[in-house]
Amino acid sequence: MDKRKIEESIFKVLMIISAITIIVSLGLILGSILYKGLPSLSWEMISQTPKGGYYLGKEGGILNAIVGSVLLAFGATILAAIISFPIVIFINVYNRQNRWLANIIRLTFDILWGIPSIVYGAFGFTIMIFFGIKTSLLAGIVIVSLVVLPVIARAIDEVIKMIPQGLFDASYALGATRLETSLKVIARQASPGILTALLIAFGRAIGDAAAVLFTAGYTDYIPTSIFQSVATLPLAIFFQLGTPFPEVQARGYASALILTLVILVISIVARLLTRKYKKFKI
Amino acid sequence: MIFNRVLKDKIAGKTMLFLTILACSSLLLIFAGLIFKSLPVIEKSSFSELLFSSKWHPLKGEFGMLPFISSTLWVTGVSIIIAVPLCILSAIYLSEYAHKRILQLIFPIIDILAGIPSVIFGVWGLILIVPIFGYSILSGGIVLAVMIVPVVIHVMIEVIKTVPSELRDASLSLGATKWQTIKFVVVKKALPGIIAGIVLGLSRAFGETMAVLMVVGNVVKIPHSVMDAGYPLPALIANNYGEMMSIPMYDSALMLSALILFIIIVVFNVFSRLILIRIERNVGYNS
Amino acid sequence: MEQSSHIKVKDLNVYYGQNHVLKNINIEIPNNQITAIIGPSGCGKTTLLKCFNRLIESVDGVRVTGEVLVGGENIYDPKAEVTHIRKKMGLLSQRPFPLPMSIYDNIAYGPKIHGERNKKELDRIVEHYLKEASLWEEVKDRLKTPAGSLSIGQQQRLCLARGLAVEPDIILGDEPTSALDPQSSRHIEQKFIELKEKYSIVFVTHILRQAKRIADYLIFIHMGEIIECGPTKEILENPKEKKTQDYVLGIIS
Ligand SMILES: Nc1ncnc2c1ncn2[C@@H]1O[C@H](COP(=O)(O)OP(=O)(O)O)[C@@H](O)[C@H]1O
Ligand SMILES: [Mg+2]
Repeated sequence: MDKRKIEESIFKVLMIISAITIIVSLGLILGSILYKGLPSLSWEMISQTPKGGYYLGKEGGILNAIVGSVLLAFGATILAAIISFPIVIFINVYNRQNRWLANIIRLTFDILWGIPSIVYGAFGFTIMIFFGIKTSLLAGIVIVSLVVLPVIARAIDEVIKMIPQGLFDASYALGATRLETSLKVIARQASPGILTALLIAFGRAIGDAAAVLFTAGYTDYIPTSIFQSVATLPLAIFFQLGTPFPEVQARGYASALILTLVILVISIVARLLTRKYKKFKI
Repeated sequence: MIFNRVLKDKIAGKTMLFLTILACSSLLLIFAGLIFKSLPVIEKSSFSELLFSSKWHPLKGEFGMLPFISSTLWVTGVSIIIAVPLCILSAIYLSEYAHKRILQLIFPIIDILAGIPSVIFGVWGLILIVPIFGYSILSGGIVLAVMIVPVVIHVMIEVIKTVPSELRDASLSLGATKWQTIKFVVVKKALPGIIAGIVLGLSRAFGETMAVLMVVGNVVKIPHSVMDAGYPLPALIANNYGEMMSIPMYDSALMLSALILFIIIVVFNVFSRLILIRIERNVGYNS
Repeated sequence: MEQSSHIKVKDLNVYYGQNHVLKNINIEIPNNQITAIIGPSGCGKTTLLKCFNRLIESVDGVRVTGEVLVGGENIYDPKAEVTHIRKKMGLLSQRPFPLPMSIYDNIAYGPKIHGERNKKELDRIVEHYLKEASLWEEVKDRLKTPAGSLSIGQQQRLCLARGLAVEPDIILGDEPTSALDPQSSRHIEQKFIELKEKYSIVFVTHILRQAKRIADYLIFIHMGEIIECGPTKEILENPKEKKTQDYVLGIIS
C-alpha cells in the first residue's frame, strides 16, 4: 500500500471517530435530560404556578415560567420582526444599488449577532436603572428583541437576497411602486423563509437566560400586564438547580426537559413548514 | 390617487431609512453607553491595573480583572481546541464519505440540536461532565464545545456541499486520490466558509454565560491548568450585576467587563471579515 | 507500444438506480484520431464518457457492468488502481473548472500529486504545457494570480494544459466548447486538431457541424444504445440506420 493510501485510511478512521463522538455526545444530552427529568415531570408541574414553599419542595409547578417565556419570546419575536423587516426591505429593494451600505448593515448585524446576550442584559439593566424602570415583561421583550433582531434580519435578508431581479422587474413593469412590490410580491415570495426565521428567533428568545436575568425579573405569578415582572423557563431551571433540595433540583431537571421539548417542537414545526411551503415556490 | 401611492412609497422609504440608521447606530449607542458607564472605574484605577492585576477586592476598591479575562480565554480556547477538529473531520466525513442517506438523516438532527438553549447544555454538564472533571475550565470547555458543534458543523457541511462536483471530477481525473482531492481542492475551496463557521462558534463560545457559569466553578483566581476552576467574564456579570449597587465602583467595573467582551467581539468579527476577503481574493472565486 | 486501441468497451451497461441508461455498449475508440460522441440530449453521452475514466463512480446509486479496456487493462477489474488509470486521460468538462489556486499551481497540481517535487522541473512543465495549450503568452506575467481571474475561454485552455501536464494518452471532452464564445471554441477545436498527432481524443458534442469540422470518427447514441459508428464522412453522407438519418437531418434533436 502506498503512502497516500495509508494517510487516507488514517484520516478516515479519525473522521469516523469524530463523527461518532459528536453523535454520541449530542445523543447523551437528550438522553441525560430525559433520564433525569422524566421522573419528576408531572401534569402538576406544567399546569400550576408555584405554591407557598415550592422552592423548599412543596406543591406547585412552573406554569408561571412557561407562560412567561412564551409571552416574552412571542413579544420579542414580533417586535424584532417589525423592526427588521423594513430594514431588510430597505437594503434589498429601496437601496438595491448601494452595495456598500448593504454590506455595512450586514456587518453590523453580524456583530450584533455575536455580542453576548449578557452584554445586552447588563446594558439594558443600566438604562432601566437610569430611568428608574422596574423589571418587567416589557423590558424583557425589548432587550430580548435586540438579541434576536440580527437573527431575524439576517435570515430574512438571506432569503430576499436570493430573489431574482426578474421578479422585481416584472412587478415594476406593471407600474407597482417599490412599497407595493415589497409587500405584495417580495414578502409573499419570501414568506416561507420569513416564517422559518420567526420560528428560529422564537426558539432563540425562549431559551435565552442571560438577557432576561436582570430585565424581566422573576415572580411566582402569571403577569396580568406587560409592566409586571415575569418568570422565564431558563431562569426557572437555573434557580431550581441552585437550591440545595434534591426534590427541587429534580424539578429543575424536569423543567429542563420541558424547555427541551418546547424547542424540539418548534424546530420540527419549522422544518415541516419549510418543506411544505417549498412546494409552492417558483 | 397616484400621488397617494407615490407618497406612501416615499414615506415608507424614509421610515425604513430611519430604522436602518437606528439599527446601525445601535452598535455605537451600546458602545458609547458601555464606555460612559465604565469611565469611573477607568479613571480611578489605571488600565494596566484593571486588565493585568489579579487583585479582585470590590469592597477595597480593587478591580483587577485578570482572573476573569484569563478564565474566559481558557474556556473559549479549550472549547475551540475540542470542537474545531471534531467538526472539520466529521463535516468532511458526512459530506464526502458517508452514504447520502446518513447525511440526510443526521443533518436535520444537527440542525435541530443547534437550536437547543445553552441552559440545557449547562444542565447536561452538571449531570454528566461535572461528576467526571469537577467544576473546572475543562468542564466548561467541553460543555461549550458540545454546544457549538451543531452550529459549526451545520455551516461547514453547507459550505462543503456548495463545492461543485465538477471540481472534484477535475482533480480526480488528473489521477488524484479522493483524499488528495479533498485535502487540496475541496477544503481549499470551502476554506472561507470553514473559517466563517469557526468564527461563529468562537463568538458563541466566547460570550456564553449560563452554560459555563453552571459548570466552571466561579472561583476568582487565575487558572493554571484545565482542571482548575475558573470564573469567566460573562459569569462575573451574571452573578453580581443584580446586587452591585451597594458597593461603589462595582457597577462600573462590571460594565467595563461587558465593554471588554463587546470590544473583543467587534474586533474579532471585523478581523475575520478582512481575513475572509483576503482568502477569497487569493483563492479566486469565480464560480 | 500499443498496437490495439487505447479504449475498448465490452458489453457495458450502466444503471442509475432503476434507470438503465447505457445498454450493451461495444465499441473501440481509434488511436490518434478525434472521435465525437453525438446524440440527442439525455441519451447517455456524458455517462459513456465518464465510464472511460471511472468518474462515473462518484455518482450516487450508479451500477456499472461490463468491461472498459484501457491499454489492454480492464479498468473495472476490482483490482485495478483507479488513480493511475485516470492519469492516462485528461478531462475537459462542459464549463471550465479551474482548481481554487493560482494559474501555476493549476498546472503543477497533477505532476505534484504524482510525486514531482523538483521546482525547476515543475517550472519547465508549467511553461511547456501552457505553451502547448497556447496560453503561455497571455499568462506568463501573472502565473501567481488566481486561475479564476482568467476569462472563460482562457480557463478552458488552462484546463486543457492542466490535463496534458499529467502526460495522458487520451483526452476526453464533454461538450468542451459549449460554454465558450465562438472564437474560444475555434481555438479549442484548432488545438484538438493539432493534438491528435500525440493523443487520442474523444469528445461529446451536440453540435453536428462541430463534429463534422473536426471529428474523424463518429459514435451516434440514441436512448442509451449505440445506433451507428464509423468514420465521420461515411456516417454523415450515407447513414445506414433510419435514426441516424433523422438525426443528421435534424428531425431528432
Ligand atoms: N446522477 C444521475 N442520477 C440519475 N440519473 C441520471 C444522472 N445523470 C444522468 N442521469 C440520466 O441518465 C441519462 C443520460 O444522461 P447523460 O449521460 O448526462 O446524457 P447526455 O450527456 O447525453 O445529455 C439521462 O436520462 C439522465 O436523466
Ligand atoms: Mg451531457
